[in-house]
Amino acid sequence: MKLGIVVLEGPYQHEASDTAYNFAVAALEKGHEVFRVFFYHDGVNNATRLMVPPQDDRHIQKRWSELAEKHNLDLVVCVAAAQRRGILDEDEQGRHGKDANNIAPGFRISGLGQLIEAGIQCDRLVFFGD
Amino acid sequence: MSDVKKFLYVNRKPPHGTIYALESLEVVLIGAAFEQDVALAFLDDGVFQLVKGWNTEELGSKNFQPAYTALGDYDIQKVYVEKESLEERGLSEDDLLEMTYEDEDDDWAEKSSIRIVSREEMAQIMRDSDVILSF
Repeated sequence: MKLGIVVLEGPYQHEASDTAYNFAVAALEKGHEVFRVFFYHDGVNNATRLMVPPQDDRHIQKRWSELAEKHNLDLVVCVAAAQRRGILDEDEQGRHGKDANNIAPGFRISGLGQLIEAGIQCDRLVFFGD
Repeated sequence: MSDVKKFLYVNRKPPHGTIYALESLEVVLIGAAFEQDVALAFLDDGVFQLVKGWNTEELGSKNFQPAYTALGDYDIQKVYVEKESLEERGLSEDDLLEMTYEDEDDDWAEKSSIRIVSREEMAQIMRDSDVILSF
């Protein structure tokens, strides 16, 4: 089955991101295709490489980045939601004249059309949120 | 299989206090360009999004209520509001915004987009949808 996954909540604050990750891992193990993971609302905060969780805790961003590398996943962060919350890639940094960017490896910033496209293309679009 | 899917945007949260309602609306507006069969559902505290007469001045946030009344211009013709959710909150259809669309099959007559449905009907609407976007 072709799956789209939507993450609507921030890391650590809410379990939605963990559940979405576990769902993605389980789906891939079962041989399903993960077409895209889309990060929206505070979910965009999963994409900052600047998070520094305690060493004895899971590293939510790294976990996503590693999963993306291993399975060639498309991790997409909504640009409008990202801008509001200070999640920037190099392009956005330049466009808005900021002194830094923080997007993590494996994530890319794009528009909401990517969410709608996932809805059209996938057999199931699964939301993880509050 | 047809290229057009039935999209249902489910709105369950109040308009203020969190950003869910505003960002949900942003998805609806972008999604309208994709020529899918789109419907909106309002239930639980989400029905407060459609209660007319917002004043956000003292909240210091943008009043985005006019965007709801503009949804007809985006060809959104089906807005389902759950009857039980209204009643549980002491609300009725009279408290809601006017939301209209122009029916191209009826000489562009202006018609109300709002359809009050029971909880049971809402469940069926969800079952009949291909893609449910839950905010």
